[in-house]
Amino acid sequence: MPLAKRIIPCLDIKGGRVVKGVHFRGLQDAGDPVELSIRYRDEGADEIVFLDITASLEQRSTLTSLVKRIAENLDIPFTVGGGIRSMSDARAVLCSGADKVSVNTAAILRPKLVSELASVFGSQCVVVAIDAKRVGGKNGQWFEVFSHSATKPTNLEAGKWAKQAEELGAGELLVTSIDRDGTKLGYDVELLSHITSQVNIPVIASGGCGSLLHFVEVFTEANCDAALVASLFHYAELSVKQAKEYLMSKGVLVRP
Amino acid sequence: MRISIFNYGVGNLYSLQAALKREGVEPYLASDIRRASDADALLLPGVGNFSEAARKLPLDEIRDLVRSGKPLLGVCLGLQLFFERSDEGPGRGLCLLPGRVKRLPSIVKVPQIGWNVLKIKHHNGLVAGLPDRSWVYYVHSYYPVTRGPWVIATSEYGLEYPSLIANKNIFGTQFHPEKSGSTGRTILRNFLRLIRK
Repeated sequence: MPLAKRIIPCLDIKGGRVVKGVHFRGLQDAGDPVELSIRYRDEGADEIVFLDITASLEQRSTLTSLVKRIAENLDIPFTVGGGIRSMSDARAVLCSGADKVSVNTAAILRPKLVSELASVFGSQCVVVAIDAKRVGGKNGQWFEVFSHSATKPTNLEAGKWAKQAEELGAGELLVTSIDRDGTKLGYDVELLSHITSQVNIPVIASGGCGSLLHFVEVFTEANCDAALVASLFHYAELSVKQAKEYLMSKGVLVRP
Repeated sequence: MRISIFNYGVGNLYSLQAALKREGVEPYLASDIRRASDADALLLPGVGNFSEAARKLPLDEIRDLVRSGKPLLGVCLGLQLFFERSDEGPGRGLCLLPGRVKRLPSIVKVPQIGWNVLKIKHHNGLVAGLPDRSWVYYVHSYYPVTRGPWVIATSEYGLEYPSLIANKNIFGTQFHPEKSGSTGRTILRNFLRLIRK
């Protein structure tokens, strides 16, 4: 199949700037989103995800002007997520030049938002982000969906919610393992395989990437379509180019 | 050079405008044929679905304009509208070329989202300077079924389908040139060069 597996850097945005966490103690300015995303593109990034972590009402206009500036300068696709709660939030971002919006908590609270977005903008614009965590004892372990930035349990089973999101019209899923996020222990292959076996839409893996081997795993074992990477690239521990060269050497199809 | 982008739905028209501006063209959005026909070329973007586009667009007028020689570029759904019918829903397209639009087979994940390669079948100014197997970005659930010398390139996803079409003043891409990095830039430049002649 000639469709390439994708590598997607994720940038956290606050007040129109890229920020990164420093040892869990506050956030540090990491530069201009346009400059950084162009650098990633030149390294071979297939798409970029921008996650607005301010998402307060007064800063929404900062976000739409940033989205316009990104669209004017970036010639690869990008997704905007964080605080998209309504049709009008989505419209503001999409009409400013974003290719996709990702919704998380808002979709859990009101699943119909997904079908409304899909019918107006098309499924291809709609990414449903799912944060899941292993819960229960050894015998009854399952993957529970959490909302509100991974703080609130929802009692939803991740595979079932993924399937429902697909039926509602999601074009793609962005699945983050809460257990693995920030650990560098690797993507949660079990969680991701569970999700990809339930749906027939592309799945972006997120949470836990710490080495080149982890990319191979998530594509060959978990059958994911894209791998999202945040910190590993920001701290220049690895580059997109290195990841792609390694994947190619392992026989995984990527865009050179 | 002025290019009118038909504004018939909701979604991201901004990226296409930005891509053209980067090539020094002044694109503008038009929702009626009179405004659109002032331009040197028409652009049908890919937003919404086939039936809704077929219902909203002044198809007869666009067809007349294109048949009189006005260059047309269709992107994604814009290309699908060149044909008569689509599995996506009722309504007739522009009927500029023989063929129809079908849904990608369910043996693959649908929509196709991501980068895929172009297999160049025929020489055409639109692909000048592009090596075979150049990478382009796709987001779509439907594909055109058509045979003829206008199929300049194909791609493969579950099956082989036409991905780039050119016939006289009619040009179309199933992928998004405005999102396809340097390959997309080359295709847009080629289009502009072809219509300047």
